[in-house]
Amino acid sequence: MTLKARVIPCLDVKDGRVVKGVSFVNLIDAGDPVDAAKAYDAAGADELCFLDITASSDNRDTIFDVVARTADHCFMPVTVGGGVRSVGDIRKLLLAGADKVSINSAAVQNPDFVSEAADKFGDQCIVVSIDSKKVSKPGETDRWEIFTHGGRNATGIEAVEFAIKMVERGAGELLLTSMDRDGQKSGYDIGLTRTIADAVHVPVIASGGVGNLDHMVEGIRDGHATAVLAASIFHFGTYSVGEAKRYMAEHGIAMRLDPPGEAA
Amino acid sequence: MLTAIVDYGSGNLRSATKAFERAAREAGLDHQIVLTADPEVVASASHIVLPGVGAYADCRAGLNAVDGMVEALREAVEVKGNPFLGICVGMQLMSSRGLEKTVTEGLGWIKGDVVLIEPEDASLKVPQIGWNTLTLNHPHPLFDGIPTGVDGLHAYFVHSYHLKAERAEDVVAVTDYGGPVTAFVAHDNKAGAQFHPEKSQKLGLALISNFLKWKP
Repeated sequence: MTLKARVIPCLDVKDGRVVKGVSFVNLIDAGDPVDAAKAYDAAGADELCFLDITASSDNRDTIFDVVARTADHCFMPVTVGGGVRSVGDIRKLLLAGADKVSINSAAVQNPDFVSEAADKFGDQCIVVSIDSKKVSKPGETDRWEIFTHGGRNATGIEAVEFAIKMVERGAGELLLTSMDRDGQKSGYDIGLTRTIADAVHVPVIASGGVGNLDHMVEGIRDGHATAVLAASIFHFGTYSVGEAKRYMAEHGIAMRLDPPGEAA
Repeated sequence: MLTAIVDYGSGNLRSATKAFERAAREAGLDHQIVLTADPEVVASASHIVLPGVGAYADCRAGLNAVDGMVEALREAVEVKGNPFLGICVGMQLMSSRGLEKTVTEGLGWIKGDVVLIEPEDASLKVPQIGWNTLTLNHPHPLFDGIPTGVDGLHAYFVHSYHLKAERAEDVVAVTDYGGPVTAFVAHDNKAGAQFHPEKSQKLGLALISNFLKWKP
């Protein structure tokens, strides 16, 4: 008996519709987020993640409706990120039915916001989403830095130090995305994932780069993540969530293989 | 029958309300679910649910801030003996005291303190976030028909603290997280889940429907 590794499909949402880009460009519309959420619920997903990728600019309120409609049908944990900048944003998302919120750019710009959010809502509902790229050259000691705005803006902040600082501020979980790997289907950045997972006491979600099911096994087994996040391989039906979980279980990872529920 | 879900500004209230509505509908129960901040509604409800997310002290302060709510809970639960279900921090508030950040007085229904989880295996992360199975210490009507144990259904947990009950018989179920962690408590008409039934798919809906049918 033990806590199980989680498989988390991530739905990138823009204007209330699911999209998934390759390295965050060339977005392709892949459907209605609530229908997708129901399908993932039925397939045995352990958690859902919505990332509102246009939240900082237009149509921000569409995400609240997506979350609320999902909560009406899916009785499973939901994490929502994208454009979370104030205590008011968090409250609205939680009231709509989110269980956790992920804070990205705002955590970089204003670390006090993470402290404030954790004090207000509890560490367990604050996920800090860290987008980083490897900046060291081959042969040098590994070094990753934080990037914001979908990987466009360099900050010069060292990723491991930042991760530790965010946990001190009250982050209850870290969502770690390798911007080098995102959309590349070559696997998670295991060095990054493991370095940070071993440096903090909170759970780490590996993200960015899944191309096959071995990558998910590696994220947990070698990267020491407690959850793995993936988007396109699920959205485009390359693998089902059930297949992924069974495969991981066959490879020695403790998984939840309950008979799946069904959405109302 | 009327279930009052107590709205004191804490908890994923919409998810909880929707899950109770769905469980009532699926069980074919003529049972109204109301999300309310009105102490009178709570005092007169047949079933009471106290959700809660966040820090113990903040939740207690939130509950105290609703004029008359603690008295209404005591009336419904202690005097009338109506079925009560606490969820997550709502469950923790049933304890004598919470030791998260500061020492906070609880409702005193389950003797014991709410303390930090300290897994023996240092590689285990705190908070515990995710799905774990349950071991029943003894049968309880809220678990009727629910497969538990290593091969049983999973429940969704997200917490750093748990209720260390003084009376072993108050602990109905534990989960293993580097040692036993309190997952479900009950005493007379009062029950509490550390996990989130409203987020636990099959297990959760079954437990909620058992609660709606519970006649302690």
